[in-house]
Amino acid sequence: MSSGLRVKNLSFRYGARVALDDVNLSIDPGAFAALLGPNGAGKSTLFGLLTRLFTTENGTISIAGHDLSRDPRAALGAMGVVFQQPTLDLDLSVEQNLRYFAALHGISGRDAGVRIGAALDRLGMAERAREKVRALNGGHRRRTEIARALLHRPKILLLDEATVGLDAAARQSITAHVHDLCANDGMTVLWATHLTDEVYDTDRLFILHRGKILQDGITRDIAGDRDLKSVFLSQTGAEA
Amino acid sequence: MSPYLTSLIAIVKREALRFVHQRERFIAALVRPLVWLLVFAAGFRAALGLSIIPPYQTYITYETYIVPGLCGMILLFNGMQSSLSLVYDREMGSMRLLLTSPLPRWWLLLCRLIGATVISVLQVYAFLLIAYLFGIDLPPMGYVAVLPALIICGVMLGALGLALSSIIKQLENFAGVMNFVIFPMFFLSSALYPLWKMAESSPLLHDICAVNPFTHGVELIRFALYLDLNLPALGWTVLAAVGFLMLAMWGYDPARGLIRRKG
Repeated sequence: MSSGLRVKNLSFRYGARVALDDVNLSIDPGAFAALLGPNGAGKSTLFGLLTRLFTTENGTISIAGHDLSRDPRAALGAMGVVFQQPTLDLDLSVEQNLRYFAALHGISGRDAGVRIGAALDRLGMAERAREKVRALNGGHRRRTEIARALLHRPKILLLDEATVGLDAAARQSITAHVHDLCANDGMTVLWATHLTDEVYDTDRLFILHRGKILQDGITRDIAGDRDLKSVFLSQTGAEA
Repeated sequence: MSPYLTSLIAIVKREALRFVHQRERFIAALVRPLVWLLVFAAGFRAALGLSIIPPYQTYITYETYIVPGLCGMILLFNGMQSSLSLVYDREMGSMRLLLTSPLPRWWLLLCRLIGATVISVLQVYAFLLIAYLFGIDLPPMGYVAVLPALIICGVMLGALGLALSSIIKQLENFAGVMNFVIFPMFFLSSALYPLWKMAESSPLLHDICAVNPFTHGVELIRFALYLDLNLPALGWTVLAAVGFLMLAMWGYDPARGLIRRKG
């Protein structure tokens, strides 16, 4: 199957240090996949490669059927990204931020307005369109970034530690929102996190540790009778 | 509208909006050359005798001499600041956002460069207006003729900043760039003294000044202000701009990976 997100035999090193070691991911269209790993596991490196911030010759990445190295523009166009670092202009309004991003994808004028309205509505942010980002709390800023990532109607949504720095309520709400996107809109999601409570029982789960995929399956099957947190800690924490 | 044009307009507009919101930056960028013009030049006019050299056709005051150099100074500081703010303000996030656009990377970098140059050129005009109010007389048409020179020089210096921002991995503060790029470029140029004056004190210094692309940028501006075209200066400035731009594209090439971060 060609669509969804496919990563094959991906390796990457910073000088002598191996950051990713023969990583394989295969996520079917419409699936929510959680990439769970402790800090330093290689999640950010993987996101750097998936978003083509940098490239490697070892391995292939295919986004919605487009090979990232052979057809980077089609692959990037099919992908929405929420970065770990905040990427909003604080002095601009929510709408201005979204318009800027739409234009980077070649969307302008009335079409941009319609998409912005729909995306903000989807994330419950419609009434805040004209507010300056500086005036928003962390949860609403994240929602703005997720709404922005949906503007060009991507097939795949990548989120790198999207709940970092948020309080428990905002964290839960964002996690639920993105699961909804997946269930209701058929979006394929890759959700990187180090927090086990953001992973649902029915999610596809990859556990990444020291650049290697330790587990690949449905969360419920991996956890078995134990809770995910203790499984995760026993696999990654014990040897750390 | 073509996606290329749409993105160009959006990127320039964003730079302009950011600039409007950062009034301190605008004031700092204006105060710096004005201090040079009103304090430094006033003190030096008595000490420095200037002979008549092209493009001037009559004796000029020292204040008049350094105006093009100070225009260059604004472009130099802005070029460094706007690009290095990417690293300096930990703005890497918004750069990453820019680079995930499906448009070609060279185009996105070029748009950002154009946006930064537009802002720089506007600041130069604000400076020229204040200088005029303080009695610096230039040919009226010079204000128009200088525009292309400012754009070329601004692109050249902005490209240098962009190249540096991709190559310098960690930039603790702006001081390093001040010491190793801005100050040498500014002082080892024809901005403050004509090159023949440099040659009198040291032939080596003169030679260094003569190869400094900033010298050529300043001379291009100086001649344009007096409705004259300095072809060698134009050639060197364009050549330097192309060179710096290629270095920047190389630095931001994903396969080169100079923007790689620790995982």
